[in-house]
Amino acid sequence: MKKEYIKPYIKKQTAGIMNKFGVSYNKGHREEIEGVPVGNLTDKFGSPVFVISEKVIRERYRKIYSYFSNKYPKAKMSWSYKTNYLDAVCSIMHQEGETAEVVSDFEYQKARRLGVPGNKIIYNGPYKPIESLEVAFDEGAIVNLDNFDEIIKAEEAAKAINKKAAVGIRVNMDTGVYPQWSRFGFNLENNSAFNAVKRIQHSENLYLEGIHCHIGTFMLDSNAYREAVRKVVHLMRKIESEFKISIKYLDFGGGFPSMNKLKGTYLPPEVAVPPVEEFIDAVADTLLEELKPDEYPDVYLETGRAIIDEAGWLISTVDAVKRLPDGTKSYIIDAGVNLLYTSTWYNYKVEIDRELHGAYENSIIYGPLCMNIDVVVESAFLPPLPRGTRLILSPMGAYNVTQWMQFIRYRPAVAMIMEDGSTEEIRRPETLDDVVGPERIPEKLKKFEL
Amino acid sequence: MDRDKLSVLAISDSGFIFDPVTGHSYTANATGLRIFELLKEDKSEDDIKSVLMEEFETTEDEVSVDVDDFIENLKKYFLI
Ligand SMILES: Cc1ncc(COP(=O)(O)O)c(C=O)c1O
Repeated sequence: MKKEYIKPYIKKQTAGIMNKFGVSYNKGHREEIEGVPVGNLTDKFGSPVFVISEKVIRERYRKIYSYFSNKYPKAKMSWSYKTNYLDAVCSIMHQEGETAEVVSDFEYQKARRLGVPGNKIIYNGPYKPIESLEVAFDEGAIVNLDNFDEIIKAEEAAKAINKKAAVGIRVNMDTGVYPQWSRFGFNLENNSAFNAVKRIQHSENLYLEGIHCHIGTFMLDSNAYREAVRKVVHLMRKIESEFKISIKYLDFGGGFPSMNKLKGTYLPPEVAVPPVEEFIDAVADTLLEELKPDEYPDVYLETGRAIIDEAGWLISTVDAVKRLPDGTKSYIIDAGVNLLYTSTWYNYKVEIDRELHGAYENSIIYGPLCMNIDVVVESAFLPPLPRGTRLILSPMGAYNVTQWMQFIRYRPAVAMIMEDGSTEEIRRPETLDDVVGPERIPEKLKKFEL
Repeated sequence: MDRDKLSVLAISDSGFIFDPVTGHSYTANATGLRIFELLKEDKSEDDIKSVLMEEFETTEDEVSVDVDDFIENLKKYFLI
């Protein structure tokens, strides 16, 4: 009988030099996702394929919402469409009771098409075409304004439909974190937020109903939220006493981190990322400290990645193995950075679909794009992988299937593992017709001979 | 490929390899050690691949890629 084959390896001993890469993070293998064998998923949906778990989404949402609403009585959540606006994903959020938070006319239309009533939409963002403002005001959406020009535009839109429309303002402020997101909304410290309110209250067609902020994304320090809540409540008080109005809602946006490993961080996310409860405590506790019960406004969170990121995976396949001239081991897989927008700032967790023997090496994972920038994972600690090995990259649920772009290949399927363990294709792979559909060839360019 | 260097290496059965010229040490697994032996016996790369295929449960494609990779690694470490 022949002996079992183990890939040959040789490794130089480097006594005393610490490995600066998170060794344990990328170790281990995984044969299934939420109970479904990886091979079944690729047989049914191909490779690469994004996989999303209904169960994990609902669990994550319920955990966050119940924790928040147990602490603060008028807790509300609105699904940040841009984080993941696949219909099936949004439908889960809406079944759970989340309204829709949109930042463009396209997202607004997508939410309406899915059956979300206009008055259950929060319309944010720095650019809102005037026609879309008219629709939003007409349908009773919550509209948070970003700048003085937009106040004027909103006034025109409300006038055009003969309405006195409720609006909110987005504010930004120093919460002690760097970089400060100061480009969205009106600044608090330099008084432009207060001046914006003045301008709105002077208008015949607008009146103020709420205050919105979103202090950043993937925030690692929950104290920033304490500071934000404190400052926004103080602004609310000042506005209410100055203009004799009552603010109906406060909205603290999103920004809670997920269990992803930011590039340049040393610690694995299990250590570096505080639990989501810590952030909700920061918001809810500060609200309860600052507010009297008779003045509780509705308080929205627009939590995106902290709900969906860990509910998503990408399965991809190793197509080639290559040792670079400097000795580094590298792999080419069938999914590139065009599909993986978040690869710019995350070092994904890499798991393999089988147990493999051999010496672990720091390896580079490249995509198929024929472009130098197509580095999917800069450093993964992996045993020698044969061609055909499936790599499971995660967390993948947030931002990728919205910010992905079609480039040289078709975008792949997105599958959902349903609560009962069955699987559904929630977005089929693209075809040539999907890609060339919008194109048109001028008559004189139609013929050529080669 | 310069195989003269191979003769000065101290290679233990457990896979520990010491290069007295540079003072560097290495570890290799059993398959790696087998390739060392075959290299020392002056076998060609093709011969090495066929020997491994006879001795182990593997395919020509796999062995071929792995032996090339292993030898590249030895070159990188200036062992051959
Ligand atoms: C206004 C607004 N709300 C909510 C979100 C969701 O943020 P996150 O995914 O960080 O929770 C974003 C994302 O940047 C946003 O801009």
